[in-house]
Amino acid sequence: MSVRGTLRALPTLLRVGVSEAVAYRAEMLVWVLGTTMPFISMALWTAVARYEPVGRYDSHDFVRYFLATFSVRQMTGAYAAWQINYEVRQGTLAMRLLRPISPLWSYAAENLGTFPLRLLLVVPLTLFSVFTLGTRSVPGTAWGWGLFLLALVGGWLITFLANVLIGSLSLYIESSNRVMDLWFAFFLICSGYLYPVELFPPVLRGLLDWLPFRYQIGLPVELMTNAHGLTGALGLLGRQWLWVALLLGLSILSWKRGLKRFAAYGG
Amino acid sequence: MFRRYLRLLKVRLRASSLLAMQYQADFLLDGLISLFWMASALVPLFVVYQNAQRDIEGWSFGESLLVIGWFTLLQGILEGAINPSLQGVVEHIRKGTLDFVLLKPADAQFLVSTENFLPWRAINLVAALIIFGYGFHQIGRAPSLSGVAISLVLLGASVLLLYSLWILTVCAAFYVVKVDNLTYLFTSIFDAARWPAPVFRGVLAFVFTFVIPLAVMTTFPAEAMLGRLPWTALVWALLGSLLFAFFSRRVWLHSIGRYTSASS
Repeated sequence: MSVRGTLRALPTLLRVGVSEAVAYRAEMLVWVLGTTMPFISMALWTAVARYEPVGRYDSHDFVRYFLATFSVRQMTGAYAAWQINYEVRQGTLAMRLLRPISPLWSYAAENLGTFPLRLLLVVPLTLFSVFTLGTRSVPGTAWGWGLFLLALVGGWLITFLANVLIGSLSLYIESSNRVMDLWFAFFLICSGYLYPVELFPPVLRGLLDWLPFRYQIGLPVELMTNAHGLTGALGLLGRQWLWVALLLGLSILSWKRGLKRFAAYGG
Repeated sequence: MFRRYLRLLKVRLRASSLLAMQYQADFLLDGLISLFWMASALVPLFVVYQNAQRDIEGWSFGESLLVIGWFTLLQGILEGAINPSLQGVVEHIRKGTLDFVLLKPADAQFLVSTENFLPWRAINLVAALIIFGYGFHQIGRAPSLSGVAISLVLLGASVLLLYSLWILTVCAAFYVVKVDNLTYLFTSIFDAARWPAPVFRGVLAFVFTFVIPLAVMTTFPAEAMLGRLPWTALVWALLGSLLFAFFSRRVWLHSIGRYTSASS
């Protein structure tokens, strides 16, 4: 299908995504409740920092950091890998392939469709953070906001594209859910989700800069809480978008080659 | 009666083991992955204590390791014996096949709870023992015999608590339609149990002690091993878990009574 056709179909796809999110709001609530780990981390790290600050973080900074982490996780979430695995196994992927638009677009639209509903949670929480902890809970400058939004988009793209890449592996092996579990384990440790990446042992910190995980959560959170100057932020953003480009290439390649092997079981 | 159920349990355990052994590559891979998961669960602890370099709310590094050990052990029970069946029940409710379970001449709660086991999760027990060993090595002494005995009693209480919480979650599936992610919710809440309970304050402390008694599950047994669990806490934990079990059984019976099959 042409680029114009795809662009024309996108608003409708997004609307469908939003309707689905609203229809299954109970399910979404369960998902959101399952992402409360930042609050556990918050309790833990404020306990650690109660008597003396850790690095440059005192207990207020930790509260700020983990509130931001919760919000960023909400806004950069994607679950396409499980969807693809399920649909390949059930054979229902065939239905999607019949449409004149790539399934990847519809996965993206469905994932993004939950965004408005998530904002209902993120905006009040961010306002709460600003009112109780001061304006440093959000970017302080115009460029800060710009780079933060850019990092947010990049973070979502990395999460989504990694999902597509791993999901497309299910076209080669029976199920790639275990690969996704592995990715998720690395994500938990390396992304800044459980603790700011600065607190990682110095030997390993350099490694984290080159892995994709911290660009999913850590970088947007750091930019939201004003952790970097302009040059530092630009350098990290550059690496983030390198990962976006790399994953974009890999996932599309793997998806297209995998589809040639696809034979709908049961469908 | 009791012997009949014991025999039934044996049959079902055997069936699960055979099923697991059938896919040998999966069996090995699952074992490896769970080893990796356990190792990764230790990373946050190292990061926290590397940065704190002192006790956190009265818990030293070695003592916190004991909590993680209990967490690992219970995680094995949760993911090996409890979660697989949970997924089964949710599926039953959605497809309307729960009717067949209800028709069988045995207690329905027993049947749904023993439907599926993942035997390779027993590897968590080994890992927990290693973690206990390393923890006590860090502390520099061995646990007292009575401490170990009490902690084993508490293990029973913890499993009862976990199981009751699980039954309550299943009951939620009767009322909410699309809940294939309940296991995910269950696991992610349980995750908080890896930290010593005194870390949590305010609302979280209340929730984790009385609503979802995570403190009882991992912190109490660790304290018992260290020989510093007050007797009153032990009594309360036992009473509480029995009460919880009773309550969940009532809720289960009530939900089953209200249940109308999905297909009719």
